[in-house]
Amino acid sequence: MSHKPQTKMVPLPTDVIIPERDIGKQPVLDIRNLGIDFGGLTAVDSFTLAIGPTEIAGLIGPNGAGKTTIFNLLTNVYQPTRGSILLRGVDTKGMTTAQVNRLGIARTFQNIRLFGGMSVIDNVKVGLHNSIKCSFASSLLHTPGYYKAEKKAREKCLELLDFMGMADMAQYRADSLPYGAQRRLEIVRALATDPAILLLDEPAAGMNPSETAELMEHIIRIRDTFQIAVMLIEHDMNLVMGVCEGIAVVNYGKIIAKGTPEQICDNPVVIEAYLGKKGAANHAAEG
Amino acid sequence: MRLWKSKTSRQNLITLLMLVIAFAVITVLKEGGVLKRSFTGQLIPICVYIVMALSLNLTVGILGELSLGHAGFMSVGAFTGVIAVAFFQQYITSPILLMIVAMLIGGIMAGITGFLIGIPVLRLRGDYLAIVTLAFGEIIRNILECLYVEMDGGALHFSMFGSADLSGNFIIAGPQGASVPARLSTFGLGIGLVFFALIVIMNIVHSKEGRAIKAIRDNPIAAESVGLNLTTYKMKAFVTSAILAGMAGVLFAMNYSTVEAKKFNFNTSISVLVMVVLGGMGNLRGSIIAAALLTVLPELLRGFDDYRMLIYAVVLILMMLLNADARFKQFKLTCSQKIHRVFSRKEASK
Repeated sequence: MSHKPQTKMVPLPTDVIIPERDIGKQPVLDIRNLGIDFGGLTAVDSFTLAIGPTEIAGLIGPNGAGKTTIFNLLTNVYQPTRGSILLRGVDTKGMTTAQVNRLGIARTFQNIRLFGGMSVIDNVKVGLHNSIKCSFASSLLHTPGYYKAEKKAREKCLELLDFMGMADMAQYRADSLPYGAQRRLEIVRALATDPAILLLDEPAAGMNPSETAELMEHIIRIRDTFQIAVMLIEHDMNLVMGVCEGIAVVNYGKIIAKGTPEQICDNPVVIEAYLGKKGAANHAAEG
Repeated sequence: MRLWKSKTSRQNLITLLMLVIAFAVITVLKEGGVLKRSFTGQLIPICVYIVMALSLNLTVGILGELSLGHAGFMSVGAFTGVIAVAFFQQYITSPILLMIVAMLIGGIMAGITGFLIGIPVLRLRGDYLAIVTLAFGEIIRNILECLYVEMDGGALHFSMFGSADLSGNFIIAGPQGASVPARLSTFGLGIGLVFFALIVIMNIVHSKEGRAIKAIRDNPIAAESVGLNLTTYKMKAFVTSAILAGMAGVLFAMNYSTVEAKKFNFNTSISVLVMVVLGGMGNLRGSIIAAALLTVLPELLRGFDDYRMLIYAVVLILMMLLNADARFKQFKLTCSQKIHRVFSRKEASK
């Protein structure tokens, strides 16, 4: 991908890398030795990673490696067995998913989770919920304050929808949208919560190449416009190599490699994890 | 892509208008003496069940949680209302004002009960929630069956351990139920309460709280991921629903000379649920129509006596089948389009 400026990644003392421009700023996410056991099974172990406040980070790995589990740990859907997560310097231990969201993590889901029976704009308005200033009494009586808050919310929603090119779909039912638009709507809804970091779980799954290319532009535009970090899980290597600045590769719940896209591409351990030992040998022979 | 019902506010207006017209027509007929006594006697129960169905629709249709103990809140409202009337009638002389005070107190008491029950119940989901609400409904009924309240020298005395400690001037006498001080319910109050309930629920549905409640129904995991505290909004819907049921209970109680706790049993909860299901989940206008029909139906079928319940059941099954049938939906759509065309032609010819 030619449009991507090369970012220099620099190491921090704690064995993590962040983009050079984010040096001196507090990492938006600082994950230390994170681990979770399900019964006897260790799903994630010693996961250490930091993400700069404007970094686009990638999390890749074979199926079942524990990538979505990591997202679920970050959003406190699961409580970690070991380790800690610092979100903007605050330890999120013991918080609920809703609290973590209010602190700055928004996410999308691998299997799309929209509010299907509601209109597109109402889906986004639910994302805005916590920033709409309107008391319950005011809602009940439909006071002027209610109409003012609703008008403001509607404008903000249309602005966000327009940002992702969906303003004309505002009045459709969310579950009647085409697949790609549903994925974009999830991103808009997540953005509406005004996050510091956006977690995208396989945003390009089921998209055709042109939709994927459009998505890549959207991801970069989101980072540039809102000045937030993005962390994504993805199997589409064009997308990962095209937009991500730092990449972490996980297998069997552990990080097996960290680095820039170039470093990851050439890493024999990564190739082995994806293709197996024999496949890696063939790859080397062809390469 | 399907358009979301963007004309909801117009739909709401139509529902309100329908009610106004129904109220006007019934009042005129009643004053004209056209209606039979057996029907005018049903008017207040119809209003009561409409409010019950509307309020349950908030929990079942809009929040999406199956509650089987709705009659419990109604009974709390009814009994509190009776006590409130007995106590306040020495201070308030206007019957309408007295009723409004009683409804407020009954509603608040039912709301408090709803809140207390909601704390454990709303942590559950689906079938479990349904079973526990059912249990709480029965617990409330059992408690009320042991409750003795008497009025003595302007003060209220309560007892849960039989009538022995009290002098015998009972308002509520345990299993024998409450003796209502005055039959204060009127059709006007009833329709007023229906309007109140309808507007409260419509306003909630169209506010940020309503969106949050629907979001939780559609996808709780996603709702939590965008920062919604699930329990808060479930509780808001559940308590509002309980308050409205409590107010309906007051209206119900004040229509009779005695009210027994066993009237508010499981069967009552289920018949209200049937109204909601029949009218359509989340469909307020449907709830109103279904509640009115199902309250009148048993009375209309009185002539058939032995076969009454049989016919009632058959009608229920038929209506459910018709509601689910695509051809019937198509038929309804064609009908409404035809009506629409007739009206638009009229407008055009003007």
